[in-house]
Amino acid sequence: MTIFVDIGPLDAIPRQGARVVKTGQGCVAVFRTMDDQVFALEDRCPHKGGPLSEGIVHGTLVTCPLHNWVFDMNSGAAQGADEGHVRTYPAKLQGGRILLDATLIRARSAA
Amino acid sequence: MSTTVISRKKLVVIGAGMASGRLLEQLFEAAPGAYDVTLFNAEPRGNYNRLMLSPVLSGEKTYEQIVTHDDTWYTAHHVDCRFAEPVTRIDRKNRVVYSNSGGAPYDALVIATGSAPFIIPVPGKDLPGVVTYRDLEDTQAMMDTAGKDAVVIGGGLLGLEAAAGMAARGARVTVIHLMGHLMERQLDPAAGYLLQKDLEKRGITVHCKGATKAILGNDRVEAVLLEDGTVYPADLVCMAVGIRPEVRLANDAHLEVERGIVVDDALRTSDPHVFALGECVEHRGQVFGLVAPLYDQAKVLAKTLLDQPAVFAPVQTATKLKVTGCDLYSAGDFADAPGREDIVFRDPGRGIYKRLVLEDNRIIGVVMYGDTNDGAWFHGLMKDATDIGPMRDTLIFGPAFQGGAAPDPMAAVAVLPPEAEICGCNGVSKGTIMDAVAGGACTLDAVRACTKASASCGSCTGLVQQVMALTLGGAVADAPAGMCKCTDHSHEDVRRLIRSMGLKSIPAVMQELGWKSVGGCHSCRPALNYYLLAEYPLDYQDDRQSRFVNERNHANIQKDGTYSVVPRMWGGVTTPAELRAIADAAEKYDVPMVKVTGGQRIDLLGVRKEDLPHMWADLNAAGMVSGAAYSKGLRTVKTCVGKEFCRVGTQDSTGLGIRLEKLMWGSWTPHKLKLGVSGCPRNCAEATCKDIGVVCVDSGYNIVIGGAAGMEVRETEHLASTPSEDEAIRIILAVTQLYRENARYLDRIWKWMGKVGLDWIRAQVVDDLENRRALVERFEISQSVYRRDPWADLSTPSETPKWAPLADLTLEAAE
Repeated sequence: MTIFVDIGPLDAIPRQGARVVKTGQGCVAVFRTMDDQVFALEDRCPHKGGPLSEGIVHGTLVTCPLHNWVFDMNSGAAQGADEGHVRTYPAKLQGGRILLDATLIRARSAA
Repeated sequence: MSTTVISRKKLVVIGAGMASGRLLEQLFEAAPGAYDVTLFNAEPRGNYNRLMLSPVLSGEKTYEQIVTHDDTWYTAHHVDCRFAEPVTRIDRKNRVVYSNSGGAPYDALVIATGSAPFIIPVPGKDLPGVVTYRDLEDTQAMMDTAGKDAVVIGGGLLGLEAAAGMAARGARVTVIHLMGHLMERQLDPAAGYLLQKDLEKRGITVHCKGATKAILGNDRVEAVLLEDGTVYPADLVCMAVGIRPEVRLANDAHLEVERGIVVDDALRTSDPHVFALGECVEHRGQVFGLVAPLYDQAKVLAKTLLDQPAVFAPVQTATKLKVTGCDLYSAGDFADAPGREDIVFRDPGRGIYKRLVLEDNRIIGVVMYGDTNDGAWFHGLMKDATDIGPMRDTLIFGPAFQGGAAPDPMAAVAVLPPEAEICGCNGVSKGTIMDAVAGGACTLDAVRACTKASASCGSCTGLVQQVMALTLGGAVADAPAGMCKCTDHSHEDVRRLIRSMGLKSIPAVMQELGWKSVGGCHSCRPALNYYLLAEYPLDYQDDRQSRFVNERNHANIQKDGTYSVVPRMWGGVTTPAELRAIADAAEKYDVPMVKVTGGQRIDLLGVRKEDLPHMWADLNAAGMVSGAAYSKGLRTVKTCVGKEFCRVGTQDSTGLGIRLEKLMWGSWTPHKLKLGVSGCPRNCAEATCKDIGVVCVDSGYNIVIGGAAGMEVRETEHLASTPSEDEAIRIILAVTQLYRENARYLDRIWKWMGKVGLDWIRAQVVDDLENRRALVERFEISQSVYRRDPWADLSTPSETPKWAPLADLTLEAAE
């Protein structure tokens, strides 16, 4: 069972936007969609390392700001002709607070 | 002074079809007010594009989209509309037309009753559920067949469009055709076979050589019985076996009628006060079913009604089937006969078939299936009776292969002569479209509006777009297409609709214009945000989340996710104090590189996102604001030192550059906007490759626009000259606002100028002083909102924390 850690209020992230959370496994982008779903993805595009947290969010997709690769935030899969995957992490909303997979606190080597 | 009251002549028109609609257009255009018009129509509506019923049936269009004349139009032209009012009788002696609600006197009468579908006289033909394919009611009945069985009797043009439309709606469709292959009047057996195969692939059953014996059913249609005993279940039967001219009224009025109402070359019937046009007429033994000759008739009759000489001479027209995915083209005569030869090309793997029928080295017939791109070219050769002898060996491969031209997709269109017909329905030539584009029509809609090309059946839309692309230089080949995959509306359409529908937010645009995606995409959202803020500067709330990262964070993102920071230096002029502040900031925030830019600014590269607001605050404190080096907006005004220092300078170019930058900073434009002001023609500020440049001379200021020095390198063109610095500024503000209001998002000025033409721009901002004043005023209104420093807004204590990570879980681990 996933253990969650509270990282902040939903209002801290603009709709169709993202904020970065520093973790033991690198930066994680936490997204908020137009309809207040939250997603957590590794903040690093597999193409050239672009920060996905700065991408334009549309539906449950995010476009990398460097070269317009598009990822589905549900699966982390690149869309269209591009091939690649971004790691996704469990995230959820509870009582207006964003909860993130607590294992992210630990460094990857510990996992 | 005396007043003369002229009572206008009365024109009564029976039938609001495509031919009469075009006639009224021509008439009102040539001589508005020549007639008081009364328009009768049996259908409860006005003129619409009957050819477009198929896209309505298949769901690709709505009825509203195919209306050609709406209430506003009728009102504007004072047409007395008598819709849903069938005419019952024509009294020629007293010149009165009667419907059930009374009489309407006429000086001239036009009969445009069109045609009536032919109903085969079999038992059951009157059962409910048996329809024809003629009007909107028929179409609506067929739209309602999802999951049901539908039988189409007749495998001609109309029948197949009905079948494909219902199949697209989810009906199980069977086509029953009397002849050995489909569309036998237009296709030879080979092409008919390919067509049948394509239709069967989409689930349509085709039964050729099938004669209908009876339509079965008790209270409504249940099945169709053929002579050979086959029975097809049917919830709906569409009879599409042909049409015949609707001549009943003319017959009753004892006009001369053969197969159709007999008319002379001026479209006059046997009664000099009565005229006829459209599918109901017969001219020199010929009746008409395609729309092109009907439009020609409309032109001629409009002249006749205005007592101008005109002669109707029908020309040969080509047929295209409007079934998405079934690409066929047919023109001319292709029956086997002595002395005729064929050139045939087949590519079975791709389902392509092309056949040219030759007689005396001239094309007399064309049939193509699967690849119809060269249709217009062959049709042109046929109409002109060109001797194809010299190119016979390669003729079938089309124009691209004559003379070894490169296999360019545009080549086919490029080689067409200006007189080549592109739009068969409206008889529009390539030259006419090119002229329209040269005259400023740079969208498909604009070309349609001024030439009618592709405005009827729409099957030549692709060709029209190619001609436009060729004329515009290829750069905007895809301009008329949807702005992105989220919508089929073009940029131009969206912008026009934002304006006309008063849409003031991105969600409103997406809802009202039927966006196909949930939240748009990275391509349309920034465009919409720009269009909205440009249209409604005072009302619209800029949507930061719809901006590309650089405009959202007011800094340029670099490949490693850090940013570059460029403070504004007005006109490229700085001070020791500013330089000190920049140096301090560079050291304080460990800036890895400090670099001078091409726009006479200083670039601090490699700044971390969380440092941005702090650095901005420091630079603000030294009096500097954002240089907007990241924006689709005013970037820099580059200047030379001008006459204040330079021994050859003619004007104060530095001062003018600073004035311009202070007026224009903060403004958003369709793409980045770079200016340059040079103090003399030696042009040290390189003003002639800027979006807008000023080259000073002794007598004043030359304003030039449309330069570029990126992937495209272009020299500017001369817009205006003025002795006054103030007027130069007003012209520059006006042209900027014109660009803001009209250009497509991400078009630089040179690209926009290529579409609308320098002459048009000059007319708006140089010649038309009133318009210039209004443009400057609108620019100022927008600047009252946007001429402010985003750095100051975003480096406040409440905003600054948002630039840092939301949480740092590595710290928790340490704890």
